[in-house]
Amino acid sequence: MSDRLIFRFDVEGDDFTSAGQASVQVKKNLRQLGIDSETIRRVSIAMYEGEINMVIHAGGGVAEVAVCEDYIEIVLEDTGPGIKDIEQAMQAGYSTASDTVRSLGFGAGMGLPNMKKNSDSMTIDSTPGVGTRIVMKIMYGGKANEGV
Amino acid sequence: MKISEIVKMLDARVLCCEDKTDREVDSAFGCDLMSDVLAYVNDQAMLLTGLVNPQVIRTALMLDMVCIVFVRSKEPSKEMIELARENGIVMMSTNKTLYTSCGLLYSGGLIGTGEVCK
Repeated sequence: MSDRLIFRFDVEGDDFTSAGQASVQVKKNLRQLGIDSETIRRVSIAMYEGEINMVIHAGGGVAEVAVCEDYIEIVLEDTGPGIKDIEQAMQAGYSTASDTVRSLGFGAGMGLPNMKKNSDSMTIDSTPGVGTRIVMKIMYGGKANEGV
Repeated sequence: MKISEIVKMLDARVLCCEDKTDREVDSAFGCDLMSDVLAYVNDQAMLLTGLVNPQVIRTALMLDMVCIVFVRSKEPSKEMIELARENGIVMMSTNKTLYTSCGLLYSGGLIGTGEVCK
């Protein structure tokens, strides 16, 4: 699609103070574009969870948000340690986060399931030792998956 | 319930956006775990928490929450107050505990959000 608008962010790793800044910016940009609030809300939650994951697990990465005609696509790519068992990582409550991350209010093992819940489709490609690529699509006015 | 009523009930100190305390909140969520706030809050609720870091504000922002109450006399940093002010989120601090704060608001008619957690 030729007229897709893309926002690109470098997400710094291990900097918990600034974690989430890209998501805040995306939300502002989408508001300015006049996207409906329910779509913005789902994009915001999905991207914020993904951004926090990149900071705490992968040492940062790159986030791209493409505003397309029928949907918004979020691509999160990192060169972190990868996910060994994606099925296990998708289970609500499963987490490998450190105690430090948990003390900051995250790492409850709800991130990936919540990203799936808020998107209409989500694919995870991950190779241990190489990195992870997550693509989420959120349709305008679409209905996200019910439950976790 | 109006935010100004919440301020009174909790005997709280407003930290920013005092001019927006005439806004209404429909429900509330009390939690120190932002992962769960993101997973279970599904409407424009208010957040009560004892956790103090910038992610609290960003989490509230992502969910379109309009008000944050810090319990147990927790004080956010200047940067956090500025982030909330920029985004029009009313923040306040109360010396009451999370349990007591929630109890007072609930008995005053403010319901909880995310009632059914899977």
